[in-house]
Amino acid sequence: MSAVTLTHNKISLALYPLREDTPGRVLLLLHGLGESSPTEVPARVADWPGPVWALDFTGHGDSTVPDGGGYTAESMMGDADIALAHLLGLGRGPVTLYGRGLGAYVALMLAGARPTDVCGAILDDGPGLAGGGPSPSTPVLARIDPAAPRPPDPFALVELSADVRPPDYATTFVRQAVHYSGLDRCIAVVGRVRPPWLDAVADEYGVVSEGIAQALARFATAEPAPADS
Amino acid sequence: MTYSAEVTLATPTITFPGARRPDRSSTVDSSGVAIRAYEWGDADAPLLFLVHGGFDFAGTFDLFAPLLADAGWRVVSWDQRGHGGSAHAALYSWDADVRDAIAVVDSVTADPVPMIGHSKGGGILLQLAEVAPWRMTRMVNLDGLPSGRTAPDVADHERTRMLRDELASWLDHHRRTHELQRKPGTLDDLAARRGTMNPRLSPEWLLYLASIGAQESEEGWRWTIDPALRFGGFGPFRPEWSLDRLPGLGIPMLGVLSTIEEPMGWGTSLVDVQPYLPDTAQVVEMADTGHFLHIERPREVADVVLEFLR
Repeated sequence: MSAVTLTHNKISLALYPLREDTPGRVLLLLHGLGESSPTEVPARVADWPGPVWALDFTGHGDSTVPDGGGYTAESMMGDADIALAHLLGLGRGPVTLYGRGLGAYVALMLAGARPTDVCGAILDDGPGLAGGGPSPSTPVLARIDPAAPRPPDPFALVELSADVRPPDYATTFVRQAVHYSGLDRCIAVVGRVRPPWLDAVADEYGVVSEGIAQALARFATAEPAPADS
Repeated sequence: MTYSAEVTLATPTITFPGARRPDRSSTVDSSGVAIRAYEWGDADAPLLFLVHGGFDFAGTFDLFAPLLADAGWRVVSWDQRGHGGSAHAALYSWDADVRDAIAVVDSVTADPVPMIGHSKGGGILLQLAEVAPWRMTRMVNLDGLPSGRTAPDVADHERTRMLRDELASWLDHHRRTHELQRKPGTLDDLAARRGTMNPRLSPEWLLYLASIGAQESEEGWRWTIDPALRFGGFGPFRPEWSLDRLPGLGIPMLGVLSTIEEPMGWGTSLVDVQPYLPDTAQVVEMADTGHFLHIERPREVADVVLEFLR
């Protein structure tokens, strides 16, 4: 399995094809904070009938670990969007997103920001799900040991676990996805843990709390209606 | 953190009355990001730090800093990551800017020091005062106090459409950042372009700024700021998060506010911030003055600041 190397600003991103030789819609896996792409299709999403790809976020896995930090969930969304552009180029149509922890939050944002290019986002438990909570807490001056092993980038671990995630900010992305995706039920919550942002998201119109099998089956065969302009 | 050997500054080819390039320049290592630092004044004088605003660079203090240096201060400033002569980083965030600020201050002194910030630089200092209060003795905020004003009302469907366009534009920009370059031109072109965002600053000053803030290539001059940076953007930030830092300030603060709104200003008035001010703060409004008050009225702003720092 060899990675496709993509570029986001000064970062080389590693995007892995875990399963290519099947027809159907592409599933993009977004890992949790401190994790990296799996080396094979995880059992949890093994029932997905189509191709499966996985991205290493900046500072994780085989993607570049940059100097000096500066991580935000939005910049991770930029990573995922560059992977999305590559996968759209495969000609399989809109891509379904599956995110764990941090990856779930990024998947939600990308589903709202690229609603016609994403066919459903599946939000699952995982590291970095809560971020820094719904409002700022006592800030800490992070002094990172330059000799600390990398990856994952210690700056990513510190900054993305303090990343503030207001519930009304998260639900904005749900509403963008509902309005423009052409799918009535465009977000699936399959995890058990509900930090405040996810609790609010789960209550929104267009969001379904369901099992992973149902979510995978639903998005694999979904046919988005023409998008609103 | 290390403070490297001094960097020699080129003599500007264009002059402006009262503007003076720094007396010294060095490079500070902030966790691998090279930050260019500058100093005006006697190296043995008491320290005073200056923090520039977004899309500016330390050279924008070339009028203001010499007035402080000539009053007996060793004035230290730096180009924030991606700005001026500092490295173009892979990632940008306010937290990273605060860490870079600490790196610069640590490279010069272990003692608490007075600091002055303009615009975004003022916001960085508000955050720094909360995250590292032991580093600061006094704070001057030049038109960088947050406003709690909400955006104008727009219909929900219009807000949804605007947000869709904004999000797509931000992501489209990020897809291209690795190939972007600043638009080349003559120094006059660069000055004119900056004039659209700095409408109250004179063409002569903007030309001077271009001469110290741009680099010449075969295609022409380009601003050195990282093309990956752009105005606007989005995120969960709320002005009240910054306003909430004000009541807990444990050091004296002077705020100087502009009174004429312009594109890069924050539109904050004294009424906006009054309820949040601690007893140790004073805020003055400068009549008939825009966002770049230290460039429009360097002598008056310096006098107010020097009086506060006495």
